[in-house]
Amino acid sequence: MEYIDNLPSMDLMRSEKMTLVQLIIPVESAHRAVSYLGQLGLLQFRDLNDDKSPFQRTFVNQVKRCAEMSRKLRFFKDQIHKAGLILSPNPASQPDIELEELEMQLADHEHELIEMNANSDKLQQTYNELLEFKMVLQKAGDFLVSSGGHAAAQETELDENIPINDDYADSASLLEQEMRPGPSNQSGVRFISGIICKSKVLRFERMLFRTTRGNMLFNQAQADDQIMDPVSNETVEKTVFVVFFSGEQARTKILKICEAFGANCYPVPEDTTKRRQITREVLSRLSELETTLEAGLRHRDKALTSIGFHLTKWMTVVSREKAVYDSLNMLNFDVTKKCLVGEGWCPIFAKTKIQEALQRATFDSNSQIGVIFHVMDSIESPPTYFRTNHFTNPYQEIVDAYGVAKYQEANPAVYTIITFPFLFAVMFGDWGHGICLLLGALYLVSREKKLGSQKLGSFMEMLFGGRYVLLLMSLFSIYCGLIYNEFFSVPFHIFGNSAYKCRDATCSDSRSIGLIKYRDAYPFGVDPSWRGSRSELPFLNSLKMKMSILFGLAQMNLGIILSYFNARYFSNSIDIKYQFVPQMIFLNSLFGYLSILIITKWCTGSQADLYHVMIYMFLSPLEDLGENQLFWGQGVLQVILLLLALIAVPWMLFPKPFILKRLHTERFQGRTYGILGSSDMYNDEEPDSARQQHHEDFNFSEVFVHQMIHAIEFVLGAVSNTASYLRLWALSLAHSELSTVFYEKVLLLAWGYDNIIIRLVGLAVFAFATAFILLMMETLSAFLHALRLHWVEFQNKFYHGDGYKFKPFSFATLPDDDD
Amino acid sequence: MYGFEAMTFNIHGGYLEAIVRGYRSGLLTAADYNNLCQCETLDDIKMHLSATEYGPYLQNEPSPLHTTTIVEKCTLKLVDEYKHMLTQATEPLSSFLEYIRYGHMIDNVVLIVTGTLHERDVQELLEKCHPLGMFDSIATLAVAQNMRELYRLVLVDTPLAPYFSECITSEDLDDMNIEIMRNTLYKAYLEDFYRFCQKLGGATSEIMSDLLAFEADRRAVNITINSIGTELTRDDRRKLYSNFGLLYPYGHEELAVCEDIDQVRGAMEKYPPYQSIFSKLSYGESQMLDKAFYEEEVKRLCLAFEQQFHYAVFFAYMRLREQEIRNLMWISECVAQNQKARVHDSVVFIF
Repeated sequence: MEYIDNLPSMDLMRSEKMTLVQLIIPVESAHRAVSYLGQLGLLQFRDLNDDKSPFQRTFVNQVKRCAEMSRKLRFFKDQIHKAGLILSPNPASQPDIELEELEMQLADHEHELIEMNANSDKLQQTYNELLEFKMVLQKAGDFLVSSGGHAAAQETELDENIPINDDYADSASLLEQEMRPGPSNQSGVRFISGIICKSKVLRFERMLFRTTRGNMLFNQAQADDQIMDPVSNETVEKTVFVVFFSGEQARTKILKICEAFGANCYPVPEDTTKRRQITREVLSRLSELETTLEAGLRHRDKALTSIGFHLTKWMTVVSREKAVYDSLNMLNFDVTKKCLVGEGWCPIFAKTKIQEALQRATFDSNSQIGVIFHVMDSIESPPTYFRTNHFTNPYQEIVDAYGVAKYQEANPAVYTIITFPFLFAVMFGDWGHGICLLLGALYLVSREKKLGSQKLGSFMEMLFGGRYVLLLMSLFSIYCGLIYNEFFSVPFHIFGNSAYKCRDATCSDSRSIGLIKYRDAYPFGVDPSWRGSRSELPFLNSLKMKMSILFGLAQMNLGIILSYFNARYFSNSIDIKYQFVPQMIFLNSLFGYLSILIITKWCTGSQADLYHVMIYMFLSPLEDLGENQLFWGQGVLQVILLLLALIAVPWMLFPKPFILKRLHTERFQGRTYGILGSSDMYNDEEPDSARQQHHEDFNFSEVFVHQMIHAIEFVLGAVSNTASYLRLWALSLAHSELSTVFYEKVLLLAWGYDNIIIRLVGLAVFAFATAFILLMMETLSAFLHALRLHWVEFQNKFYHGDGYKFKPFSFATLPDDDD
Repeated sequence: MYGFEAMTFNIHGGYLEAIVRGYRSGLLTAADYNNLCQCETLDDIKMHLSATEYGPYLQNEPSPLHTTTIVEKCTLKLVDEYKHMLTQATEPLSSFLEYIRYGHMIDNVVLIVTGTLHERDVQELLEKCHPLGMFDSIATLAVAQNMRELYRLVLVDTPLAPYFSECITSEDLDDMNIEIMRNTLYKAYLEDFYRFCQKLGGATSEIMSDLLAFEADRRAVNITINSIGTELTRDDRRKLYSNFGLLYPYGHEELAVCEDIDQVRGAMEKYPPYQSIFSKLSYGESQMLDKAFYEEEVKRLCLAFEQQFHYAVFFAYMRLREQEIRNLMWISECVAQNQKARVHDSVVFIF
């Protein structure tokens, strides 16, 4: 016992010692103090204003200002993104700016940008209109010419009998065209030309048809260029149309429809020369506008680049400020309104650092009064904080995914670091596959710096987060693979020659009668000669099954022993006497005995049937063991063990609740003094600190039922958990059989043909099966089973996992606004 | 298959029902309303809403906020959710979801037509339309001069076309005609929706019948009250009532002849479910009737969530969200106009 107490403490075994501290900060240095604490990141503020809604808190205006600024920053980022510029990733090194100054700057920039955008939008719109006009002029002009030409042709047809030469016809048609607008207008045939989105053309035409009752002619042509929509910043395909109709009423209707469909109408003169003239004008204005637009864009890009240069920096500044004010909102004003009172949790080792930071804050803000920092007592359970590093973090995450450890509870992550990859490897033992995994893990580990700084996909992120788990898993699977002697399911003679050889030179009876042993056992792992022999499966099954039970029992015993250390740590002797001891006895008298039998059988090479021994130990314990006897006195030992197990059950069931009840009644017999002493502690508490008093009601029936459930769970669990460890054997068997199938039935079969194509196909199928089924799916399933063995079989022996995590106020953990 | 929805409902409807129930849990709570009612400025409201599901929709709004912006953004959220559900839905759920829109479509048609009658700008009118009731050629409504044209030009392409069969006349549009048109359309719509739900059967028809009957009865009462003192004849009024609901047919006979609010009250108090609504009002008062009806509706809509495997939850969710947006609008208006004493007048709590 002395020895155990004097062991050096393991860092990861127990969570950091925490303490509740109170800070009384003068108003003038509050902001600086909190931001220094944020840089330090070791204090978790408690919300003392829980009952107030967000806009009733003290610093709500500052929070609002920060939100407004971050909105502006998002606007800049959006603009920069739209303009296709790239943010400079490294924050420009420049002196810190004050928030007020930054706010002014941001407002200026936003104003400037909005103005520029408005201008360029206006220009863009005029440009679009001109562009559309140009297209309408071109296309509609074609229609007019063709229809005019058509009409002219008809007329010439009519006048066919009059002999005329070509020149005359040309001039006549020109003349006619000039004449036409007059008479055609009088006869009421007019036209409207314009441009409309391509997607709306059909509906537009139908609507026109309906309103004019079919009295119109609709011509359309695809526009050559796409037009940029300034709102969505996308190019839209448009179609030029010309509608011929008659009547004034139809005109107003058509114009209304055009408006409703967002079609832009442009007047096109019927006269060709006029048209040409206008086209020329439009073209020249277009080119002018283009240069203006470009200049505007360049100007805007320049402005955006200069913003983009600082943007990252500004964003961190603003998000930090916001975090600081959010934390300040958790503090309370004291009565005089001159100080802020805050409470929070911090690890004990950080106390001096926090004090230093606070002193620095007082000094830097030239405050007259220092920050008062003192430790408080707390009834509430402190948060759990483990100091992890890159390597231990993923294992801690595995444990936390089940439940965060209670404050100072034994942390299973310590053992998980080795047992988890090892149990995984027992199921995944194949050194070929292990090497593949190792390469992947090494890649991730070696690119750690680069990959860590960039954003990965969710799947890659998971892989990257678990890179050290992957590394250990692969190393252990190489180790287990060497023991199983499997390299993509093929055995190798790595550690010397096999211990067996054929009876004669022909080796004809090796499959039927077997081999003979001619030298010492194979020095490491499974002898390669087992491979392909008739008794390969029975041998490996028996080996792996027994091995699984041994591992399982070892791990479960470790779990129970950890419960002993927990009880000892929290000085709970009842748990030791009435829970730990009977549990140890029960588990080991049944399955510990089985393990001893297994080892004895391995060492002595006995032929005893262990199933028989175990089953008849319960059915008829007094019967003679006969040929199944492994050692002397086994029968007597079995009876004793059985009796011990039977005693252990009521032992863990009954005493604890009754003792608890007695303790409870005893405590309240000497109540007068006891309660005075404890209530004293509450009196010097701050009146508004949100500590709740713990009322402990002792309900015997509840405690008893709880204990009963525990005991039954343990007794049944001892059997079912041991059986559950057999999954190690099952998965390992499945893995080796699968890889054998792929190797023999795909690769070897394909290799048997003397055809390069079949060989290549076989190789490809084998490679894919290995990569996707064996390396990915099997890894996942083995991972899951290892996870289950840890969460259920191991952790339920001692782990409560009902704590809560320590979340310090820290700038480093502020969420990115990137998404 | 009646009564066996549990067996097959989840094949097509399970995912969306889960989605809609998730959406429902995002409705503002009593604590939210309490906090909102204490707000001093619209910025406070924005700040509070940023902690709710409306957050992402409001976070990029520059600071001098207007009530319309808040309402617009909140509606946008509802529309986004609706569109998400509609794209995921299969028949007959997608038809059911479409039906929910038709009411807004009718309102929009009426809005545009009335607006054009009073020579408002079409773009301005379009901005006021409810986004759920938008359809492609809605802007063309302004072209129409009378009902017949309205139908022939625009509405024939919309799902509203069948509802129009009752009101194709060549009469010119005026305020009265438009109002009659709205009610005729609504009547036809409700009846069609009712028939559709009956066809679906099961819990959907059971619950939806109840909800739609309530809607029809409420409209009947509103039509009666609004038509008192107008030139609408009794027969015309009788024609606007939907042909189902608790009041059908005898209640309608009584409502059709009512000449003042107290007669309406007399007619309605014969129906136990509506007794409680009217008993809250003092005699001669009709101002609070709307709120009383809304409260009753919200209660019924919330009850729709108590059963599983039916489509009424979608209807109920859309209605509840709309009510919530109405509440937000009222609160924001009260805050913006410094009328905080009246905040509670028109807010219908949803819990």
